[in-house]
Amino acid sequence: MLLIDHLRELLRHRALVSALTGRELKGRYRGSILGFFWTFLNPLLLLLVYALVFSVYFRVKMDHYAVFMFTGLLPWIFFSSALMEGAGAITDSGSLVTKVLFPQQVLVVVKVLSNFVNYLLSLPILLAFLLADGMSLDYHLLAFVPVAAVHFLFTYALCLALATFTVFMRDTRHILGNLLTLWFFLTPILYPLTQIPERYRFLVNFNPAAVFTLAYHDLFFWGRWPHWGWLAALAGLSLVLLYAAVAIFEHYKEYFAEKI
Amino acid sequence: MKDSPAIEVHGLVKRFRREFLKRDYTTWKSLIIKPFQKRRAKEYVTVLDGIDFTVQPGSTLALIGQNGSGKSTLLKILAGIYKPDQGQVRVNGRVSSLIELGAGFHPEFTGRENIFINGTILGLSKKEIAERFEHIAAYSGLGEYIDAPVRTYSSGMYVRLGFAVAVNVDPDVLLVDEVLAVGDEAFAHKCEDKINQFKREGKTICLVTHDMGAVEKYADEALWLDGGRIAAQGDPRRVIDAYRQKVAREEDSIRRGESAEAELELKSERWGDGQVVIEEVRLLDAKGNPKAVFQSGDTLVLEMDYHMPGEPVEDLVFGVGLFNAQDVLCYGTNTHIERLDLGGYPRRGTVRVVMERLELVQGTYFWDVAAHAKDGRAYDYYRRALSFAVRTPLAEVGVFRPPHQWQVTPR
Repeated sequence: MLLIDHLRELLRHRALVSALTGRELKGRYRGSILGFFWTFLNPLLLLLVYALVFSVYFRVKMDHYAVFMFTGLLPWIFFSSALMEGAGAITDSGSLVTKVLFPQQVLVVVKVLSNFVNYLLSLPILLAFLLADGMSLDYHLLAFVPVAAVHFLFTYALCLALATFTVFMRDTRHILGNLLTLWFFLTPILYPLTQIPERYRFLVNFNPAAVFTLAYHDLFFWGRWPHWGWLAALAGLSLVLLYAAVAIFEHYKEYFAEKI
Repeated sequence: MKDSPAIEVHGLVKRFRREFLKRDYTTWKSLIIKPFQKRRAKEYVTVLDGIDFTVQPGSTLALIGQNGSGKSTLLKILAGIYKPDQGQVRVNGRVSSLIELGAGFHPEFTGRENIFINGTILGLSKKEIAERFEHIAAYSGLGEYIDAPVRTYSSGMYVRLGFAVAVNVDPDVLLVDEVLAVGDEAFAHKCEDKINQFKREGKTICLVTHDMGAVEKYADEALWLDGGRIAAQGDPRRVIDAYRQKVAREEDSIRRGESAEAELELKSERWGDGQVVIEEVRLLDAKGNPKAVFQSGDTLVLEMDYHMPGEPVEDLVFGVGLFNAQDVLCYGTNTHIERLDLGGYPRRGTVRVVMERLELVQGTYFWDVAAHAKDGRAYDYYRRALSFAVRTPLAEVGVFRPPHQWQVTPR
């Protein structure tokens, strides 16, 4: 089956995936003085900026607002930067596509993985802030594994489709950038769910990004289990999406080398 | 596996959508603005058209042909990067392609780190790279620079490192695309050694190159692609010969076309009092056909049409001068120097200089032609009236090429 073959190829080239992911991660800050430390410093500074703006200037009326916002923001950063980079995964790789032979989904998964690892590396900072702010952490953190898995799957499926579109339509990325901004504000990241008028609140459940954001809120911030039903629905959606994306990707991949 | 061919290609056809070539991207914008516009019929450019050949294990095939003849496309199809539109392509064994050296090199990483990344991209496992690392590092000849970031490398060092990794992949089939043309002399020798080593080890090599010397040296068989078709195939010497003749013919017609336009741009100068006027100057081959590219040893005929507009001129000398691209006078003569008495010249006529064997080294040459009086007073002196090129199979140097042989005798 197409999907199985697609994933098996990734597995077979796992050495390549890990080498390229390492290259991506290490290469990002290579040559800078603080080097890999930026991986931690970046989310920290970002948190301070948001905390300053929303706790001091905007004054959102919510307890522990800064950490709440941070809980949703980190997974969003993973999601949006993986999408932006993943969309260009094929077009930006140049001679790796046109002159070397290996399954090209490797290039896409590397973009998702490297951003995911960055996300994981920023979690200790999140946990430290949660504790410093007097929140308690408990066994509900275990839900992180399934939530992150679904989140990853969803992101990879989207990236695969976007990377294919971008090869044939270069505008995709510019449109994506703007759509992501809209999507960001439609997702309850900067505001709690209660800010949405009650009549419209159910709509949030149709936003996949809201489903994983709320799940992260649950397990990190509220200390409770995520809504398994919606999470399962997202997992199902991700699988369908992945299947479609793989079909598109595999169908068009033979033209990639000619087209870029 | 020794029984079956290493490379088998049958009826291979490859087309590119013209759209791809023109970089005429479909955009979301064009889709939104003209959603119902009929998509333009797909136009195709056939790059390879019905290619058939086989390569036996352990032999070396050279692909030659002019730019755009489809050599690199064919190599990419053999490497599996492009898919054929029709026909079958089978390559048996592990393939390593020297199409791109240093694929995936990250400029900020050291040579050492890049060896691991590049090696993985080329299909080596981490363990295999670790085992070969010392060998690769030594082979690249980078010394202590192996731990410096690749961005600090010279282009030669970069290529050497890429080459060192690629040739250590230990392939059964090696695809080489013109990479041997880069690097210094020591590197060229290394490439040569490596190719010879591969040949000794019985690997199959497929080589794209413009260096005919390399073809003669390495190839067991040559394949000449012309406009996507096989123009000739077989014994390298024979194929190279046919290819060279075709190139010379084309060059000849291009040069003739250009010289018609560029005659004025040719830094030509003319002076003289016009008692005799040279109307046209032509270069011909032995059969009287116009020609602008000669092989050393060919017959060259220089013709000039003249006429005398006024009184018939008795005191008349015709002369020619041959200059090379460095403006060195290679040869000059005239009818007076040669004490020729061609008798009363007709008022209208053609002077013909026949050179049985033009023994010159490769290069571009110019002719000066003149009609003047015995004391040197010019009637019509036409400087740099014509240009032509000489091609030789060997890259000798100098001005002229005396027919010669080499002999060694014991004493």
